[in-house]
Amino acid sequence: MSDQTPIEEVGGGPSLFGPPRAPRGREEGTRAALIAFVSTIVFVVVVVGAILTSDAWPAVQKQFFNWERFVEVFPDILGGFWLDIKMFLVAEVIILVFSLVIAMIRSLRGPAFFPLRALAVIFIDLIRGIPVILLILLLGFGIPALQLPGVPTGALFWGLTALIISYSAYTAEVYRAGIESVHESQRMSARSLGLTQGQALRYVIVPQAIRNVIPALLNGFVSLQKDVALVLVLGVREAVREADIYAAKTFNYTGYIAAALLFLLVSVPVARFTDWYTNRDRRKKQSVGI
Amino acid sequence: MAQRHTTRVVLLAVLLAFAMVAAACSDDSVDTGPTAAPESCNVADLNLVTPGTLTVATGEPAFPPWVGTPDGEFFDEPESGIGFESALVYDIASELGFAKEAVVWTRIGFNEAIAPGPKPWDFNIQQYSITEDREEVVDFSSPYYVTTQALIAYPDSPYASATSVDDLKTAILGAQIGTTSLDFIENVIKPDTEPNVYDENVDLEAAMNAGQIDALVVDLPTGYYITAAQVEGSIIAGQFESEAAEPDEYGMLFAKDNSLVPCVNTALEALRESGKLQEIEDLYLNQDGGIPTISG
Repeated sequence: MSDQTPIEEVGGGPSLFGPPRAPRGREEGTRAALIAFVSTIVFVVVVVGAILTSDAWPAVQKQFFNWERFVEVFPDILGGFWLDIKMFLVAEVIILVFSLVIAMIRSLRGPAFFPLRALAVIFIDLIRGIPVILLILLLGFGIPALQLPGVPTGALFWGLTALIISYSAYTAEVYRAGIESVHESQRMSARSLGLTQGQALRYVIVPQAIRNVIPALLNGFVSLQKDVALVLVLGVREAVREADIYAAKTFNYTGYIAAALLFLLVSVPVARFTDWYTNRDRRKKQSVGI
Repeated sequence: MAQRHTTRVVLLAVLLAFAMVAAACSDDSVDTGPTAAPESCNVADLNLVTPGTLTVATGEPAFPPWVGTPDGEFFDEPESGIGFESALVYDIASELGFAKEAVVWTRIGFNEAIAPGPKPWDFNIQQYSITEDREEVVDFSSPYYVTTQALIAYPDSPYASATSVDDLKTAILGAQIGTTSLDFIENVIKPDTEPNVYDENVDLEAAMNAGQIDALVVDLPTGYYITAAQVEGSIIAGQFESEAAEPDEYGMLFAKDNSLVPCVNTALEALRESGKLQEIEDLYLNQDGGIPTISG
């Protein structure tokens, strides 16, 4: 959490009328904080007031924020959400490993490795160029329809596979950015010590690279944690699907609110952790620098 | 420095004033409560989105035999007047006094159709089952069709020869979202594995082809079309006869408290009495050919 954020940082930039600017002196900082506080209160009151007094609000409340409906639909959504969590955990582990392999292949030097490098580039370009949902539909409905012997046909299996492939392409690029952020001298030193190209990557470059990109990887975590819901197009009954089903059956959308709350419950702590980790890492690096 | 503060405070004050005005405005707006029933059902007196025009919404694509013939001709062409729902709309329009050209079709997704907010159509017809839950937020016409549920499978599937819902306990079933077919699976068949639920008809077909589901449950008329044109080689393995299931009645969907409902109901009643409703039902929805029954 940003409990150590100095108060000036909050008040210093009422960004309504321009970019934040560093306050000059204690008095101005306090005043800025006060203005930020008042303007926030006014903003919230106005927005909430406008919503609650709108003519359509009773209808919206009935269809979106209905406590009885919430209680009725929640167990189904919770069951679906548990499936989301399981999908997320399985996919994330595989993605982290698979994408690192792709990134390392892409970072290999030398003409002999050209075919491998080209394959990695083609894979990343192709997969990143296709919308995730399309990939899920293509793999989920397409491959099982081929009826290849020994190939699984499950919707869950192929939906998850599509997500893993898609996220691996993105994550491989994150890793690559990390690998390229390690100074060239590190690679040269490692090579001059007699390490092979692979060893240099494995023992010198990659450990430093991963540390550099952990915030970006965590960002991917947050994203994937929500995108697992996309497998619903294959008929998999995860949380959003359960909410869909309930909405279609009763014309009541409270289930979507319930699902949103559950997703927030997981993604917000991960996002806070990412910030905390990034800050800690930055402070560490700065203290080393001095 | 002090000047900058003044500017900022003034701007804040202006913002605040704006906000107050905005909030006040929304307070003053006219209350659009339930509209009173119209004096008459003359076209000129009807509560229409576009005066003089009957704007009817349906799904996209609109499937046979509801729009188009059971073997797939005039697929997604509601303007043709071919297909049960398409024909019904034109009959109702003529009963209300609209010329054929005065009927305008519009397309809308399922979720859009039921979301709160203004509805840019007079009514929506796409096999909406009438249920109490739904009637809390929208209005329905009186039922225009009562359907039974049917099981679709490939003939070589072990479930194709089911004679009772107990034979289907181990099946992985699929249904379309928002249909009573899904309720039927969950409340009457109660299979060991939760049924898969799809957005569209076409996804059902893909899942069948992919072998991800053993059989589908759909309403019988849709079953005719699926087996005739959509899922090649599939058959209607049976229609369900169950006392546990509520009758599945389809109604036209209206915005809540729309004063058009009683007029459309009157027109529907006239069609029922004149035998015209039965006529188009026989033409598009009823097929001969002993379909076995599956008991509940």
